[in-house]
Order: sequence, then structure tokens, then C-alpha cells
Amino acid sequence: MPDPALPDGVERREFGVETRLATRGSPVYGEPTAGEWRAWDPERSKLGGMLELEFDTGLSGGETVLYLGAAAGTTVGHVADFAGPTYAVEFAPRPTRDLLDVAESRDRLFPLLKDARKPETYAHVVENDVDAIVQDVATRGQAAVATRNARFLADDGRLLLAVKARSEDVTAEPDDVFADVLAELEGTYEVLEAERLDRFHEDHLGIVATPR
Amino acid sequence: MTTDESDAGWFASVPPDDPDAARDAIERGSAESPANWPRLAVETGFADDADDYYDRLHEASLHATREAVAERERADDQQLIHAVRAMDDCERVANELAERATEWAGSRFDDVDPGIAGARDLAEREPSGDLDGRVVSLSARAAALADERDALAATIDRIAPAVAPNLADMAGPELAARLIALAGGLEPLAKKPSGTVQVLGAEDALFAHLSGRAPSPKHGIIYTHEFVRGTRPEDRGSAARALAGKLALAARADHYSGEYREVLHEDLRERMATIRARADADGDADDGSEGDDA
Ligand SMILES: C[S@@+](CC[C@H](N)C(=O)[O-])C[C@H]1O[C@@H](n2cnc3c(N)ncnc32)[C@H](O)[C@@H]1O
Repeated sequence: MPDPALPDGVERREFGVETRLATRGSPVYGEPTAGEWRAWDPERSKLGGMLELEFDTGLSGGETVLYLGAAAGTTVGHVADFAGPTYAVEFAPRPTRDLLDVAESRDRLFPLLKDARKPETYAHVVENDVDAIVQDVATRGQAAVATRNARFLADDGRLLLAVKARSEDVTAEPDDVFADVLAELEGTYEVLEAERLDRFHEDHLGIVATPR
Repeated sequence: MTTDESDAGWFASVPPDDPDAARDAIERGSAESPANWPRLAVETGFADDADDYYDRLHEASLHATREAVAERERADDQQLIHAVRAMDDCERVANELAERATEWAGSRFDDVDPGIAGARDLAEREPSGDLDGRVVSLSARAAALADERDALAATIDRIAPAVAPNLADMAGPELAARLIALAGGLEPLAKKPSGTVQVLGAEDALFAHLSGRAPSPKHGIIYTHEFVRGTRPEDRGSAARALAGKLALAARADHYSGEYREVLHEDLRERMATIRARADADGDADDGSEGDDA
């Protein structure tokens, strides 16, 4: 049934004995389905984890989204199921091949083989004032990627960022890495919420922020 | 893309039903800032309404991305070698020509800047007479070659990660391409011991050493990597050795499996953190034989 904390188009549905997050769309990775709904696995998706952990994502359904680090499309497929126009940026050719399959069956999902560190290489395609940027790149310089892509976000838009500590520095304490990332975001974003995602993703921080 | 189009949407010069033109525009275009592309596309008549625009974008982005993926998967180490050698040739010749053109121009115009920037400037001038015409034309050729160099660099940035994802991520696309070129291919590079990788590109220094004019080189082209250059001189030898070791493993992973192996990159960062921690904790067991000198 609809849950006010979840965007329209994302619901908790019964799959056998379990209640799980789900969206409506064609299956992508062999996930369980129930009727037209397909389960969204929070262990395979940082954004799924953030929704399970009741982050206030500001997503309500139907928004325009820029997704950075789309990989094979596991999460961005769910996003395109409930959101509006969704731009999916990924720089590795291999996963992008699978992303293409996900995008084939979703007519408002636009796959782009681009490097998220170079927004000028896709600013001629991705529109301005998107409602949300979802970022899960898991490579060094995650705060810089978020900062450089701020140009796409509407003034009241939301950055939904998953930071992987090990991608920045394997030797440092994750909390120190997170503090550095938050400090680096400060100049461009106001951080609204920051919580560890450990229940689903070890040593990851989930961040909700809005442009300053 | 020409510069005057650089801040237009991908659809600006794409005929409505030309998938290859759309692909080209998506792949090669750029803009400093995004704009309300759906609205502009409707205003300029590219699409009937926003829905129609998104339908076209869907088709174009699928086509562009499918082709780009296929192209990168077709790209191989030999193409990368050609590209990096061509890039170096363009750079060298562009600089030579720019130097010649600006030197010549200095005898005919006042206020001529040296180098490529100077040549670009001269290329814009209105020549009067035959000699000025030659100077301006020569400058334009130097500038065009410099543009070609930049375009080759952009191509290397795009294909290196497909040819060698680990090496490209670890070394950066350009250094990855150079290492592959110096070794003669990805396979020969993958078969080199890390000590050889460490001094690839140091042939001149090695020669100088053999003829008694210099100490033996501690690193070759990998000197340009931040991990080596950014490490204090007495630790550069260790940094170069650690980096070369991981680069050799990256080349092997790229040649034998082609999968991105995150752990390699984490290991290297860990190693570098340890080496750099020495600078802070000075006085620790630091083998003094590592002095830098290349
Ligand atoms: C952890 S995975 C993302 C998983 C995906 N978000 C999901 O939940 O389905 C990180 C992805 O980011 C991509 N990536 C890393 N750096 C990138 C960059 N600079 N530009 C674009 N993609 C990048 C990687 O290739 C990888 O596919």
C-alpha cells in the first residue's frame, strides 16, 4: 500500500511471506516479482537502503533525475519506474551494455556513456533544474563529483549521495573519510541528513543535501 | 564540434531523423552549463512538444550509447598506440610550427605572444599582402594541429578505459597509453616484470648512465604519475617501485581478464599512504638508498 514516506510508485508489497520495497516495471536482474511489481533489494542498492532506512529523500514520484554511476542499471531501473525523465551516467562500457537493456523497456530512461567527473561532456544532453541527483560512483573524489554536478540541480533539488569510505582511502577510519567528504560538500551543498547505511552496505554513508 | 556551437543542446544541428548525426552530437558535443533543453528543442522546432522531445532523446541516447559501447569494445591496444604516437607528433609539430610562425611574425607585427597561444592569436588576424598571408596561414596550421592534439587526447581518454580499465584508472588514460606504447602492446606489457615497467621510457637516462654521465634511473615515464612526483625525493624510489608493481598487476588483469579489480587500486592507495606516512613520521626505518635522481 502507498506509504507517505515513500515516493509515489514505490510501495511495500508482499512477496511470499516477506514485505519488500517494490516498483512497477519490467524485471531487470532476476528479482522476485508479484504481479506487475518487482522487489527492490536494499542490499543491492544504496538508494533502496536509504528508503528502507527512512531517509527523507524528498522524492515524491515523477521527478526529473540525474543518476551518476548507473552501472548495470539495478537501481536506476527502479528510479525510472517511479520517476520522470531519468538521465543515467556510467563510464564503464561493460555494465553499460546491461544498462541499455534496462533502458530499452523504459522510455524515459536515457543512458549516457560519460565520465561523471566531466559534466561538461553531457551538459548538452542533461537538462538543467533536475529535481534530484542520485550518486553512487564508488571511486575516489566522490565529493568532487557531487560538487561538479551541482550545476544540474534545481535550487530546491536534492542530492542523494552514497559515499563509500574505501573508495577514498582504504587505510583511514570510515568516519574520518565521511567527515572529509561532508566538509568538502559544505561549500556547495547544505547537508540535510547523513546516516550510515551499514545495515545494508558496510562502511557507506548516505547523504541528503540541497544546493546552498 | 566547433566552438561556436559549444553551448548549444545536442539537437542543435541534428536533422530530426538522423540517428548517426544525433549519436555524433551526443558523444562529441559539450556545454559548460545545462539549459532547459526540452523547451529549447520545442522552441527551435526540433520536437513538437516535451513528450516528443523525450521520445527522440530516448531513441538517440540508446543509439549513441549502444554504438559508443560497441566502439570501445572494438578498440584495441594497437589503436591506442597509434593514437598516443599521433598525439605526440601533433604536439611536437604544432610547437615547432608555432615557434617558427611567431618568430617570423615578430618581425612583421608588434605584440606577438610566443607558442601555441601566440599562433592562435595570429591565425585570427587579417593579413595584408603575401608575406603576412603566409605568416597567418602558418599560424592557423599550427593552431589546427594543436586542436588535433587535443582531439586525440580526448579520444585516448575515451578508449583507454575500454582497452585497459585497471591501467587507465591507476595511471590515467594518457600514461596508460604511453606505457602500452613503450612496451609495444598490452600483452608485452603484461609480461614485463615490474622492474622493467618501472624504467620504461627511461632509455635516455639509462644510456646516460651507461656512458657514465648519470646515476642509474629509478623510474621512467611513471615519474609523471602523481604518486611518484608528489612524493618527497628520498621516498620516490619506493613510490616508483610500489607503483610499478601495481601497474604490472593492473596490466596483467587487463590483459588476462579485462575486469576492473577494485582491490588492486585499494592496495596501491594503502601502499602509498604508508610511504607518505614516513614523511610525517620522519626518522623511522627509512632506507636511505632510495634517494631520487632520474
Ligand atoms: C557501486 S557501482 C553503482 C551501482 C549502481 N548505482 C546500482 O545501485 O545499481 C559504481 C559505478 O560507478 C561507476 N563509476 C565510477 N566512477 C565513475 C565516473 N567518474 N563516471 C561515471 N561512472 C563512474 C563504476 O563504473 C560503477 O559501475
